[in-house]
Amino acid sequence: MTAALATEGLGKRYGRRWALSDCTLEVPPGRVVGLVGPNGAGKTTLLHLTVGLLRPTAGSIEVLGRPPGDNAGQIGRVGFVAQQTPVYSRLSVADHLRLGGWLNPQWDAEAARRRISQLGLDPDQRAGRLSGGERAQLALTLAIAKRPELLILDEPVASLDPLARREFLQLLMSTVVEHEVSIVLSSHLVADLERVCDYLVVLASSRVQVAGDVDDLLAAHRRLTGPRRDASALPADYEVIEESHTNVQSSFIVRCAGPVYDPAWTVEELSLEDVVLAYMSRARSGAGLARRGLSVLR
Amino acid sequence: MIALSWRQFRTQAALAFGLLAVIAVALGITGPALVHLYDTSVLPCQAQGDCSLVTSAFAGRDHLLQDLGTVLVVVPGLIGLFWGAPLAARELETGTYQLAWTQGVTRKRWLAVKLGLVGLASVAVAGLLSLMVTWWSSPLDRVSADLFAQFGQRGIVPLGYAAFAFALGVCAGLVLHRTVPAMAVTLAVFVGIRLAVTNWVRPYLFAPLRLITGLKAPSGNSLGGGLTPPRPGDWVISDQVVNAAGRVIGQDGAINLGPGRLGFMFGPAGDGRVALQGAGTCPNRFPALSGAGGGQGPTPAFVRATQECVTRLGLKEVLTYQPTYRYWPLQWYETGIFAGLALILAGFCFWWLRRRYA
Repeated sequence: MTAALATEGLGKRYGRRWALSDCTLEVPPGRVVGLVGPNGAGKTTLLHLTVGLLRPTAGSIEVLGRPPGDNAGQIGRVGFVAQQTPVYSRLSVADHLRLGGWLNPQWDAEAARRRISQLGLDPDQRAGRLSGGERAQLALTLAIAKRPELLILDEPVASLDPLARREFLQLLMSTVVEHEVSIVLSSHLVADLERVCDYLVVLASSRVQVAGDVDDLLAAHRRLTGPRRDASALPADYEVIEESHTNVQSSFIVRCAGPVYDPAWTVEELSLEDVVLAYMSRARSGAGLARRGLSVLR
Repeated sequence: MIALSWRQFRTQAALAFGLLAVIAVALGITGPALVHLYDTSVLPCQAQGDCSLVTSAFAGRDHLLQDLGTVLVVVPGLIGLFWGAPLAARELETGTYQLAWTQGVTRKRWLAVKLGLVGLASVAVAGLLSLMVTWWSSPLDRVSADLFAQFGQRGIVPLGYAAFAFALGVCAGLVLHRTVPAMAVTLAVFVGIRLAVTNWVRPYLFAPLRLITGLKAPSGNSLGGGLTPPRPGDWVISDQVVNAAGRVIGQDGAINLGPGRLGFMFGPAGDGRVALQGAGTCPNRFPALSGAGGGQGPTPAFVRATQECVTRLGLKEVLTYQPTYRYWPLQWYETGIFAGLALILAGFCFWWLRRRYA
């Protein structure tokens, strides 16, 4: 099967600054992919490269098996909800649905209308008067009704209150079930994504820190606590993500393939948030670590 | 895409064409009266001969004209400012480009449709307005002594200005992606280019004609005021006085005496010669010269002496002008220049969109 998103050494530079560098990913289709990273990590850059709003400076990218770009065939296959969900403030909700019909060859007008009435939006309301949550719903409706194979959402819930957030994610999930669409959504909070994602990409310091199936990631990472020891004393196939030491005790977050047999260690399972935070703090503590190579689970 | 562009543009279009309709009604009411007045006052008197009084009285009935001319000068600029500059800048500024460009329509088509639709409307507005003003003012223009003074407010050049201003606005918006700075740049560049073309390009689009005569010395207290062109409507570009070597030493039939001073200063130079200040000296063949002047005006002998010296020095007056029959060729030429600039700018927009936004 063709990957929903495949990149090879992908990079984007603005002036002297690399917003994204050396990004190699292969995201299988039919997944809900969470793209997590602190603000300014390069999430928006990666997503804009995916929908073809930006052109890469280095490397290559394929979306649904084809390079993203400015041709009608390809942009019709990818739906996009941009950060802050921009809409035409002077046009009404109904105008936006018409706009979708005018611009998209496979527009599902019926579904769009139904969804708007389900949401309780007034079609004659100007989009500029909508609340943040309503605007996000409208933008999502537009992106879904064009019947994309891949749906990309950039920080879709950042501006929503908790209730609107839950409703938005529910709508998103029902879409996945209904239309068998692959989804990539970004957030700087793992908690937003935890409930909906089954695949995770952690982006920090403009590099991919880790990517993989959520279950695999949870299974492969654990916290080891025991008597004080140096990291080099650990087995060679353990990758240390984070370490902390007191006078008598050492604590490591490691990635290892099999079970841990050494009885000296107390082994703890980690939450997804723990894993993500460990990778983010490693990214922040030293660019040198990133040189060690990317950790990509396939 | 056409439907969307129209939906976004229709309010502004309605406003513009509504205003045009109002102007059309006003001109439609007053226009025939003006034609009637021309037919009953100017025409009969022209048949009889001299009628400068009637003509100037008629030309004074241009209350509306001044305002209309101003409107026609300003409209292309307004189009660039309010239709051109925000076209791309507003979408880039508010982020809606991310919505527009990720639907099923390519960016190239998005730009092509917007440029085409709003651009056509711009040219149409300027064209209709110019047509109305040109029609309304035609009786006045027939008695006008200076046809070229209204060059930019009549005929087809406003279409070129509008197309250029619009394309300029779009480019500025696309490059700056902020509406207000784009408007400022559009205004500055448009006004600059328009003035530059009017002053430094238009006079020389066709090689101007020259009328060369020997300089005539003033015969009274007042200066002659220079040459007049062969036909009353001709556009005088310059009226220079040159010496035998071809150097410009004055203008409008008089010699430069110093910064901002023009005239003839003729008098004894002391060594048995007379000097024409700013031009040279001649042998003094009129010893009685020193008695001239004194507020009574030059004596005939003085005038003769001055003229003789002027002739001896070989001073010439050169009138550079564009004849009236070049009015329409110049209109076409200048319209073509602005239309060409508009096309180049439109091409730049596409190039920039491709280069900058993938």
